[in-house]
Amino acid sequence: MSSLDNPQSEVINFSIDGQPVQAKPGWTILETARHNHIHIPTLCYHPAIKPWGSCRLCVVEVRYGKRGKVLPSCLHPPIEELEVFTNSEPVLNVRRWVLEMLLAAVPASREIKKLAAQYGVTSTRFPITDPEEECLRCGRCVAVCSEVVGVQALTFGSAGVNKTMETPYRVPNNACIGCGCCVSVCPTGALQKRLDTVRGDLSRRTGHGFAH
Amino acid sequence: MNRLTNAAELQALKDHLVQTQDPNRPIVRVCRGPGCLALGADKVSQAFQAAITSQGLGVKVQPLIKETGCHGFCSQGTMVNVAPANLCYVRVKPEDVEEIIQTTLLKGGVLERLLYHDNGTRYKSEAEIPFYRLQKKVILKNVGVIDPSDIHDAIMAGAYQSFAKALTTMSPDEVIHTVGISGLRGRGGGGFPTGFKWQKAVESVRENPGPLYIIANGEEGDPGAFMDRAIMEGDPHAVIEGMALGAYAMGAHLGFLYVRHEYPIAIRHLTTALQQARALGLLGKNILGTGFDFDIQISRGAGAYVCGEETAIIASLEGRIGEPVTRPPYPSEQGLWNRPTIINNVETWANVRHIIDRGAQWYADLGVAHSTGTKIFSLVGKVKNTGLVEVPMGISLGTLVEEIGGGVPGQEHFKAVQTGGPSGGIVPYEFRDIPPEALKPESVGLQARESIPEKKELTVDFDSMAQTGSIMGGGGMIVMDDHDCVVDVARYFLRFLEEDSCGKCLPCRLGLKGMLEFLNNFSQGKGAPEDIDALESLGRALVDGSLCGLGRSAPNPVLTSIRYFRDEYLAHIVDHKCPAGVCRDLITYRIAPDICNGCTLCAQTCPQVCITGEENKPHTIDQDACIRCGACVDVCPVNAVVVD
Repeated sequence: MSSLDNPQSEVINFSIDGQPVQAKPGWTILETARHNHIHIPTLCYHPAIKPWGSCRLCVVEVRYGKRGKVLPSCLHPPIEELEVFTNSEPVLNVRRWVLEMLLAAVPASREIKKLAAQYGVTSTRFPITDPEEECLRCGRCVAVCSEVVGVQALTFGSAGVNKTMETPYRVPNNACIGCGCCVSVCPTGALQKRLDTVRGDLSRRTGHGFAH
Repeated sequence: MNRLTNAAELQALKDHLVQTQDPNRPIVRVCRGPGCLALGADKVSQAFQAAITSQGLGVKVQPLIKETGCHGFCSQGTMVNVAPANLCYVRVKPEDVEEIIQTTLLKGGVLERLLYHDNGTRYKSEAEIPFYRLQKKVILKNVGVIDPSDIHDAIMAGAYQSFAKALTTMSPDEVIHTVGISGLRGRGGGGFPTGFKWQKAVESVRENPGPLYIIANGEEGDPGAFMDRAIMEGDPHAVIEGMALGAYAMGAHLGFLYVRHEYPIAIRHLTTALQQARALGLLGKNILGTGFDFDIQISRGAGAYVCGEETAIIASLEGRIGEPVTRPPYPSEQGLWNRPTIINNVETWANVRHIIDRGAQWYADLGVAHSTGTKIFSLVGKVKNTGLVEVPMGISLGTLVEEIGGGVPGQEHFKAVQTGGPSGGIVPYEFRDIPPEALKPESVGLQARESIPEKKELTVDFDSMAQTGSIMGGGGMIVMDDHDCVVDVARYFLRFLEEDSCGKCLPCRLGLKGMLEFLNNFSQGKGAPEDIDALESLGRALVDGSLCGLGRSAPNPVLTSIRYFRDEYLAHIVDHKCPAGVCRDLITYRIAPDICNGCTLCAQTCPQVCITGEENKPHTIDQDACIRCGACVDVCPVNAVVVD
């Protein structure tokens, strides 16, 4: 936290892939990279919501002195003199495996296929359980509904490998105002097909919902 | 109970209790640890109580029956210790109670039949038994000795003396400093220096004034581990006093005991202990008249393994879904309700009072440099003496397993030890005690490519364990013999972790499932040798990519087993054989005709009814119908069923 030691410095100087960059206090590594047009892939990151760190595609390798570590760039602020590598071997290893596993977990998503192909991953060794699946449970919709819209119509159900994106108690939720924010932030378009399972059949709505 | 208003009253209470105790009064301590309870310790203690109350015995001094915490020697349960002679009776059944009363309590004799014996030697007291002789009991000193539901018993054994000492003679900073220089490191597995963490929290509070919380982590979810359980059940005051000392040092006024719901006895004993401590004025407002306020609440976990991770505990306490969040900010900066929070393992807290009582130097001298003090291990698996052991840090793995544990029954030596629970690694026998030059891959057939410990033998401390690719972890030690298949063991732990992953981040949620997929294939003889490298690379992706410690350490059993037992993986994939005879799809059961005596037991037991043969003549197994359940192996009285 050298920037705190030295109140005069308003920027944090570090490097990404050898290129010297400057971050404003409060920026994360990812934000600095985007500001400098350095590409780091992400799925769960969205500027409108708090970084959540679930997709782990944005991992970068950071080296500071002798210490090196692989970190998600969306959650970590840079420190002075940090060296960041966005395409080193451990980073690519994580990305390739996550993408290969996603090809099996969300086989219907064209976005994932396209992203995977960029990293040379075109086939998967893992069995496909649901060929129609598009949702990768990144949590963007849950976060936007709670943080931005403020209604919490969406939530995660179950845990672990069975984790699902659903409405509380798995019934159409009257809290849903049908704003479509969840659809617009969804990285794979999975919610396009599912909005009606969230808000329900509008003609049959009961109770004190929002204006519908 | 009268409220104590100053430290002198606590001392007076202790002196009074010790003086009024008759040193010659017989005390029967019945172990009620998990192992002994399963073997019927309840009935044994009831039988003692009933016999003593009904018979009147006709003696001047009535014996005292104490139900204590774990005595440690779980393979010999139910354990009964009879003071003042300190006789140690093992494998006591309710029917033996009458004889113990007649022989030992009334006549003062020794009941030879119930003494522990090994290789023809009978051992009278615990101190003589090799299992106990090499141990160093510090934290477990009172576990198995005191009655955990009676605070007076604990006070007689010295409980709350360190707390009173710190409150009256030490400043909070001195307490932190003492814990710091003692070298105490977190016992939950991470091994972070405790004093340093406390210092951090205090600094955070100074920058940002407000409350600070402390939490004891009693969410011990590892299979085969019961260290924290033994402390909480057997000496709950050790945890409470440790937390009170920490609270005083850091200026906390509220603490939480996060205990897993699966430990009802621990919760009951802790609740009782808290009530009694409050009644005595050792918790609550104005403790011992010093003006210091502190109280503890118990919070029960709901059975999620991941809630042993500190940020997940905080989420759980706040009422959110028990999922970890990224650190930093560390809980010592921003934890429970965004306030600095110190989370230490139950065992770490239990260490604190000994450090304050006997000094940092004494504590540091117990272990080795960088890993000080003692550590409790639960020694389980294929080892003769299973149980709970406390040893100084830095003891060699060989001493722990072969001398304290008594080695593997029926085999020359163990094959490997899984240390640190499901997130730990598998350490092979070769690391037991041979010099490093012999540890070259070619000489012992090891595939160790990276760091080989540069010391004479593998010692059990934080840094040495990390060098092997394993971790110290909470202290689970699962010993494996030649009948354990490393692929199967790795698969077992991975399945456990896959079930208990919270599912937040993709590497852990999808990766554990993917790794399990590989291992399932291997155990069925499918796959190619390249798949081992793929599995290793996927494991490294999890280590690098996962969000919390669960995912980051989950591949350890797989990575270490590949590193040290690649041959065994290859045997599964290339030769389609399971050398240990465990993986069902790769083995066949055969009845050796020259050994089989034709007793028909196997034919009667076989669920598939696929064993045929006439009485008194060798039987045969129909391989097509056999489901390899192993029932015939278990019932065969002459070991005629062989695994190919």
